[in-house]
Amino acid sequence: MNNTQSTDLVFELSRPGRRCHRLPACDVPGGDTPLSQLLPAAHLADAPPPLPEVGEIDLIRHFNNLSARNMSIDTNFYPLGSCTMKYNPKRHERLAALPGFAALHPLQHDDTAQGMLELLYEMQQFLAEVSGLPAVSLQPAAGAQGELTALFVAAAYFRDQGQAHRRKVLVPDSAHGTNPASAALAGFEAVTVKSNGKGLVDLDDLKAKIGPDTAVFMITNPNTLGLFETQIGTITEMLHAAGALVYLDGANMNAILGITRPGDFGADMQHYNVHKTFTGPHGGGGPGSGPIAVRDFLAPYLPAPVVVKDGDRYRLNFDLPKSIGRVRSFFGNVGILFRGYCYIRTLGPDGLKEVSEQAVLNANYLRALVADGYDVPHPGPCMHEFVASARSLLRERKVRAMDVAKRLLDYGYHAPTVYFPLVVPEALMMEPTETESKETLDAFADVLLKIKAEDPELLKAAPHTHVISRPDEVKAAKEPVLRWTAAGRPADEPLPAGRKATAASPVGAP
Amino acid sequence: MSYVLNTPEDRAAMLARIGVGSVDDLFANIPPDLRLGRPLDIPAALGEMELQRHLERLAARNTSAAEAVCFLGGGAYDHFIPSAVDAVAGRSEFYTAYTPYQAEASQGTLQAVFEFQTLMCRLTGLEVANASLYEGGSAVAEAVLMALGVTGRTGEVLVAESVHPEYRQTLETFAANLNCRVRTLPTPDGFLNPDDVKAAANDSTVAVVAQSPNFFGHMEEMQAIGDAARKVGAVFVASFDPVMVGVLKRPGDYGADIAVAEGQGLGVPLGFGGPYLGILACRGDAEYVRKIPGRLVGQTTDRNGKRCWVLTLQTREQHIRREKATSNICTNQGLLALRAAVHLTALGPLGLRDTAELCVRKAHYAADVLCQVPGVSLRFKTPFAREFALKLPGDVPAVLAKLRAAGYHAGLPLGRWYPDLAGCVSVAVTEKRTRAEIDGLAAALRAAL
Repeated sequence: MNNTQSTDLVFELSRPGRRCHRLPACDVPGGDTPLSQLLPAAHLADAPPPLPEVGEIDLIRHFNNLSARNMSIDTNFYPLGSCTMKYNPKRHERLAALPGFAALHPLQHDDTAQGMLELLYEMQQFLAEVSGLPAVSLQPAAGAQGELTALFVAAAYFRDQGQAHRRKVLVPDSAHGTNPASAALAGFEAVTVKSNGKGLVDLDDLKAKIGPDTAVFMITNPNTLGLFETQIGTITEMLHAAGALVYLDGANMNAILGITRPGDFGADMQHYNVHKTFTGPHGGGGPGSGPIAVRDFLAPYLPAPVVVKDGDRYRLNFDLPKSIGRVRSFFGNVGILFRGYCYIRTLGPDGLKEVSEQAVLNANYLRALVADGYDVPHPGPCMHEFVASARSLLRERKVRAMDVAKRLLDYGYHAPTVYFPLVVPEALMMEPTETESKETLDAFADVLLKIKAEDPELLKAAPHTHVISRPDEVKAAKEPVLRWTAAGRPADEPLPAGRKATAASPVGAP
Repeated sequence: MSYVLNTPEDRAAMLARIGVGSVDDLFANIPPDLRLGRPLDIPAALGEMELQRHLERLAARNTSAAEAVCFLGGGAYDHFIPSAVDAVAGRSEFYTAYTPYQAEASQGTLQAVFEFQTLMCRLTGLEVANASLYEGGSAVAEAVLMALGVTGRTGEVLVAESVHPEYRQTLETFAANLNCRVRTLPTPDGFLNPDDVKAAANDSTVAVVAQSPNFFGHMEEMQAIGDAARKVGAVFVASFDPVMVGVLKRPGDYGADIAVAEGQGLGVPLGFGGPYLGILACRGDAEYVRKIPGRLVGQTTDRNGKRCWVLTLQTREQHIRREKATSNICTNQGLLALRAAVHLTALGPLGLRDTAELCVRKAHYAADVLCQVPGVSLRFKTPFAREFALKLPGDVPAVLAKLRAAGYHAGLPLGRWYPDLAGCVSVAVTEKRTRAEIDGLAAALRAAL
């Protein structure tokens, strides 16, 4: 059923005079005083912003019917590689909504937030224990911000050590794009290190690129191909011998919980994606939470504040003279940290280890099934994910990885990550996670193999069962329409004084 | 309880299909000397009932804005959230989806973000808004990064001292690692004097950053500040309050080039500081759009000519441009952007206006009754909207402690950020505060002094 009721843009549903929220009458004296007696007219707008005017049932029907146009973990298997789309337990939502947590102001006095601070203090300890790196900052809002924060920490450390000449950050070619982007934003020069034929860091290339100006090597381990860097001990020794630091991109922590720890294999810093590993709901693209853990000698540079315990009392410690400062306002994405805390407390040490064992088992099982019909370029076993390739399909039938991905949508499966990592042609990156069953994996693999034999024209036109067919992305980028304006009329809001719409300005809806 | 499903029989069958004898064999690539070899030192597993009991116990050790009367502001406000917001955000098709990489299977999220972007344009009076950033502080830093890219200049970034201190600290952290010098313009009278901007700005100035209402809640002369920035070709970055534009002029109305805000007031719970919502909107000139950070949703058509939405202009972004990207940001704050879109739709123009108006009226009433307490006065002479700085006769931390004991989160001790204002607090009043609560605060303050 394709329910189109109330699914026009909310601005098109708007009718003057409709409302779904009314405020109480003003209960303080002077309710009739013109506002201009309280605030100079120069500050006041002539009218409120042109927001849509709808009734409550229209609002609810609109957004509910939009939600039905999404695939989600709660409705579909979602093997999106590198994103750890595991089940999001419902208990977390109910607990996070307790007013004793949800209604805490970020700047209220520590004495009135002892329970919250205790939870965050314990979360710092849990993350330190899982990583083997003792000092934790919960401040970064997402994984990318965690990377950036750690690089700021590294830069501050090297400045403090009189080694500001260390300007280069080495990044494997299989890394997430955020790694080199974060390096650049932290003022470093990003240098790419090649992968070898096994999908691992090419030690010769790494050796050639390590120099006296190397600041940090950013490594993802397990890497984005889902492979454990077996030479990690040698790699971290090489970097440390050159006086550089090793950063672990923690995107793939779901594979190694309680099995091996970044601190134990030589990383000096890492970030977590709490929303992945410890299952915060991904929210259609956030919020995330990207805390970092570092070695003791880097602790003085962490963002302030951190939670400390004095006797029985918890407090926020802002007194970190060497701190890099802040990477955001307020404490951090507490709501996601809270859910991660609930998850860790629910699983305990055995449960966390079981997560990684079963995530790895599921990935290897799916890999074995998929290998019956697709190239899987790198030898197993894999860790929590693997990368298959549709290159033979392209060669033999002119069908691309994206065609396979789109056809999967017809069968009710979210697509794997496609065309990433960049080092594998026609990549299909699959991460089933531990919360899926053997039957789900069997059924998914059956569909993947079935698709391989389908009519190429059918595949190139897929999907066939969704609310839209393939969108014209070139048009979207060439003639950007980034907001709605009323059709056939000039923009329904005044442009700022003295400015004309330029040719490149987004234009109204067709 | 780890939410795994496979039974021992499943596991045996799976291992056989893989061709290994045990799960341990799958970890053979991890060198034995790097294995942990002991259980993690974290507490034992809890069932759902035990977990709930534990968290209720922790919650009871907090005094939330639902228990004590909250007059705290400083960028996070105790606004009413209509129940429609939770009803929509609680749809798990929204909250358990991820970034809409597959547009055909993500039209719900994409359309909602497009609506959010449009709402932000209307809220700011600007032409382009992104799909959101993390929160208000990093939004300021991202706006300045944009300004560096747009102007190509390497001079100073001028920032009013009355901008939220944590936003300024965030900006300084970013600037410390880039070729970017931040100069703070003092605001001893609680506002940025536009003449000081004129005196400090020159043709190498990258940007001028001001916030109105500012951290103290008082108004800035944004038009004049913007004029001074424009005169030297610097980018004018305005940090605004997305609730108060229900009655106040919008950044686009006073000539802002980039508007940023903390969007928490739009349907996001206080939640001890996050997740919140960073708003960024800018003028529509091509050089601005090319430098905008983060996700953008654009409208297009599908193969059948049907209107639809996709992530667009992605060549700005890290997954394509890597070290040359405009920002390292990956995701937006999707769920919070959705909350804001629903919240603004639920309020409508009149609801937003009424909310802002109630805030203004109640804040002015509160200032009146608090200033009737002997020795208490407004610290600054400039107009304010829904938050204001008060000078107290006593020792501020001691007074605030007494007020906490009386059941009030009474205000923020400004000395924490501004040593010169050690004798002052800022007091914020939202539409939720009643006359009785405001009168109660005044009586409690009288008793505490």
